[in-house]
Amino acid sequence: MSESSFEDHAEFQRSAEPYVDVRALGSGTREALTRYVQAIADDAMLIGHRDSEWTGLGPILEEDIAFSSMAQDEIGHALVLYRLLHDHLGAPDPDGQAFMRDAPHWRNAVLCELPRDDYAFSLMRRALYDLAVAMRYDALRASAWQELAAAAAKLLQEKKYHIIHDRTFVSRLGRATEESRERLQHALDRAFPYSLALWEPVENEPVLVSAKIVPRSADLARQWLDRICVFLVASGLKPPAHPDDATGAWVSEVAMSAVGARAGKHSEQLVELLAAMQGVYRSEVGAIW
Amino acid sequence: MSADVSAAPTLDRQAVFEALEDVKDPEIPVVSVVDLGIVQSVEVVGSHVRVTITPTFSGCPALDVMRAEIRERITLLGADEVEVVVALDPPWSSDRIKPEARARMAAIGIAPPPPAARFQADFDLELLGTSISMKNPCPFCGSESTRLESAFGPTICRSLHYCEACQQPFERFKPL
Repeated sequence: MSESSFEDHAEFQRSAEPYVDVRALGSGTREALTRYVQAIADDAMLIGHRDSEWTGLGPILEEDIAFSSMAQDEIGHALVLYRLLHDHLGAPDPDGQAFMRDAPHWRNAVLCELPRDDYAFSLMRRALYDLAVAMRYDALRASAWQELAAAAAKLLQEKKYHIIHDRTFVSRLGRATEESRERLQHALDRAFPYSLALWEPVENEPVLVSAKIVPRSADLARQWLDRICVFLVASGLKPPAHPDDATGAWVSEVAMSAVGARAGKHSEQLVELLAAMQGVYRSEVGAIW
Repeated sequence: MSADVSAAPTLDRQAVFEALEDVKDPEIPVVSVVDLGIVQSVEVVGSHVRVTITPTFSGCPALDVMRAEIRERITLLGADEVEVVVALDPPWSSDRIKPEARARMAAIGIAPPPPAARFQADFDLELLGTSISMKNPCPFCGSESTRLESAFGPTICRSLHYCEACQQPFERFKPL
């Protein structure tokens, strides 16, 4: 198989030790692991739902199709992760997880539940999210939980197409006209603080880190910030961050928005989203379409 | 599980693989699940058959259709129990698509995927900020002067391209 595309998370490497038996983990660790996988699955599910709202409404046909396809990919990724939770951690079946949970039980970052807004916002949200998630999946390929490592390897391959998409459009529109640059910049200013919260750790993450099941979110956050800022600047945009004089590492100038979402604290918009997304399923639970 | 000696003599791995040639990808009906490399393994114990398949793209809606057709087709062979298991490890790669199937794809205007390693190399360049080369020879005229129109097409496994030489749009099965 191909080598890692994101080689610089040296702290989290697959060791020679055997894989962990998830069923044999202590209940505290299993709960933390459930929270972690739920968080990343819920991110995929909801950004997938939001981007599916572009079907039929995209600004150009190719982007209508691209957002619809990325939405389909994301919902597929959520399904893979919900299945892991169901098969190994005692969660309900994937449909039950997606369609029967109320807002306080969702662990997604608020970035993924925000309304689609204009095209610039949806595009910028994808750019911030896709790089973060690709880096997370890349790191999870070294997970001590074999099934999670395999799923991450699979999802990373597909994520590459999202990144190709985002880079093409952000770098072109960032340097196209005054209006396209301004609209992207406005979208960036709005989405950026929310995107920082993609890295909010779930409760008790350290037990998962010491079991080598997941990488430390703070480490990935730092690497992501460096990469995304360099890309945004190269695209003619100004991230609300600057490189540190001494180390060169990028430092955010704004605080994380919407902290607490990984523990179930969400915006009003999630309630509206869930009403639309879950209504049909709940109207006749168990129906076969 | 005990082997059932009374099972029809035709129910063996080879018969199952032959039967699976009849199960086509509903999105590209000229290729079968075997051609695409979706079938990872086939086990036959007596009249019990277990087929392990792996999705091309995780969100592929055709997977459930193919799974149902696999079960149906193998039941016709006389199997009492057919199990279709979905596995993600090792992940599917477009390198698993058979050469004959590539030719059949090209014949209906879908360019077959280049080697996955080339896609990987392109992707790394992209991360460094170099413009991505997603070029692919035209399946109609063979010209190399083509360009990527969009990384997404009519299904999640295909991208859209344009040939400058014969001025035809075409699709490509994505390397993965």
